[in-house]
Amino acid sequence: MFGIPNEIWVPIRLTIELATITTLSLLVVATPLAWWLARSKAWFKEAAATIVSLPMVLPPTVLGFYLLIVLGPDGPGGAIASLWGARTLAFTFTGLVIGSIISSLPFVVQPIRNAFAAVGDRPLEVAATLRTSPSRAFWTVALPLASPGLLTGAVLGFAHTVGEFGVILMIGGNIPGRTRVMSTAIFDFAETMRWREANLLAGGMVVFAFAVILTMILLEKRFTRAGA
Amino acid sequence: MNAPLAIRAKFQGTIGKFALDAGFTAPARGVTALFGPSGCGKTTVLRCLAGLLRVNGVCEIDGEVWQDESGAFLPTYKRPLGYVFQEASLFQHLSVRRNLLFGAPRDNHDGTNGGIDFDEVVDLLGITRLLDRSPRNLSGGERQRVAIGRALLSQPKLLLMDEPLSALDRATKNEILPFLERLRDHLNLPVVYITHDIAEVERLADQMVLMDKGHVIGAGPLEELQSDPSLPLAAARDAAVSLEGVVQASDEAYALLTLSVRGGLLTVPAPVAPVGERRRIRVIASDVSLTREAPGPSSILNVLPARIVSMKPVDLNEIIAVVALGADGAGARMLSRLTRKASEALGLEEGTNVYAQVKAVALAPGRGELG
Repeated sequence: MFGIPNEIWVPIRLTIELATITTLSLLVVATPLAWWLARSKAWFKEAAATIVSLPMVLPPTVLGFYLLIVLGPDGPGGAIASLWGARTLAFTFTGLVIGSIISSLPFVVQPIRNAFAAVGDRPLEVAATLRTSPSRAFWTVALPLASPGLLTGAVLGFAHTVGEFGVILMIGGNIPGRTRVMSTAIFDFAETMRWREANLLAGGMVVFAFAVILTMILLEKRFTRAGA
Repeated sequence: MNAPLAIRAKFQGTIGKFALDAGFTAPARGVTALFGPSGCGKTTVLRCLAGLLRVNGVCEIDGEVWQDESGAFLPTYKRPLGYVFQEASLFQHLSVRRNLLFGAPRDNHDGTNGGIDFDEVVDLLGITRLLDRSPRNLSGGERQRVAIGRALLSQPKLLLMDEPLSALDRATKNEILPFLERLRDHLNLPVVYITHDIAEVERLADQMVLMDKGHVIGAGPLEELQSDPSLPLAAARDAAVSLEGVVQASDEAYALLTLSVRGGLLTVPAPVAPVGERRRIRVIASDVSLTREAPGPSSILNVLPARIVSMKPVDLNEIIAVVALGADGAGARMLSRLTRKASEALGLEEGTNVYAQVKAVALAPGRGELG
């Protein structure tokens, strides 16, 4: 497509698909989790927050190793895969999505949690005194007020998924057309001394990373100005 | 069987290290001031009334049970109340108009159900030109007015206000006070109003709940508490009583009003007003002196026969005397602050008939245009 050879184009397409699906899934998973972490008074809250943050500190290979076991034929992932006649979730695109969600979770949960915490009790109390049920207050007050945090979380989740390498390699296996994404494709091109292709993808990643960070800074600036 | 409409509240509990044990009953009409020093638990009581805080107790408004001792507890969002916080707390992501309509019943934007009308509130609060602005671009006073309007438009049966003026400077306060007075006079809505500023109480309140250290130490009509020597109000340096007077005559040439209060007539410097209208006046304890005999010609306009009801020393050298107007001592009560030396020289004691000389009587501003 666009004159770009398939072996470059397909990893790019897969990466964008993976990051998009992962980011959307993350927003659905991370938002209620962040809400709970920001507002709950449960004693085990910080322990739960620590578990969510583990992927930030653990080597991706450790995470990938455990995911491989969980998603493999003898783990719960294999049981789930058997529902549609497959043997395993490892080395599949679905497996990549699951792995990416877990490894990017802390990058999405943290900014959303901070945003909910910054909203504070007061707007929700005000909403309650205006005959607004807690669930309606979440949608009409908390979520709109925390939207800068959601946006930051989404951008970070997307970028982190695009940049993930270790986990992807462990559970995806770098299968062309199925689980070979940009980061693993670069590794592959470099291994086989195809510097031109590696350069093309790596350079693209640099430009992408630059654009993401710049966008974040500009968005943050705009929100802070609007909030002042 | 027809109990008068009332706010009945009783809350007991410990919040952190603060022990609250406060109960009161107040008529569910007019403005009830919740008054006391900072940290005495006023806000806690108001939050309990709203259901924002849950401790054991009873909360009953107009016979509607919001909380009782059997464990019934109506969550805040099901209570027909309005709450104005110390800081306006407007929704920053919504325009002024959408803030105002946030809690408004969706089928009643035009107020046709006999509720509080949008245009009326916007007009009353003087925020018509702000409607399409963002709350970010409003001044502190404007924000607080919008917050009041937002609470009113949710069509509450009870309005709770937590020191709505305390975060504002003196000039902004004076800009909002007239709006509050208009609200009180134009809308038939009971208000519980927290303040630690006695001037706001004297200006706005009809009745008062006096709090100290988590307890209610007095509740009742304003002038009753003001003239109760067992309460800290009467002993304060700026002690005063607020009296309701009815205009009897106007003296246009001297710009004086003659008002009748229970047990006497008072002449007050004030613009002309129709006979029969009500005016609130304020008499400061240190402006009232007592004599045993009717004084001769004097520059003091108001000299009223009265009887001493009680005397109580406030410090080493001063005494606060409560006098009831009228030779029979059946009229309205006033406070007089005098030295112990003068009191002994005149032989004053409880039951003594005296003349109260009132050096100054002030009209409480803006009160009671509609009576």
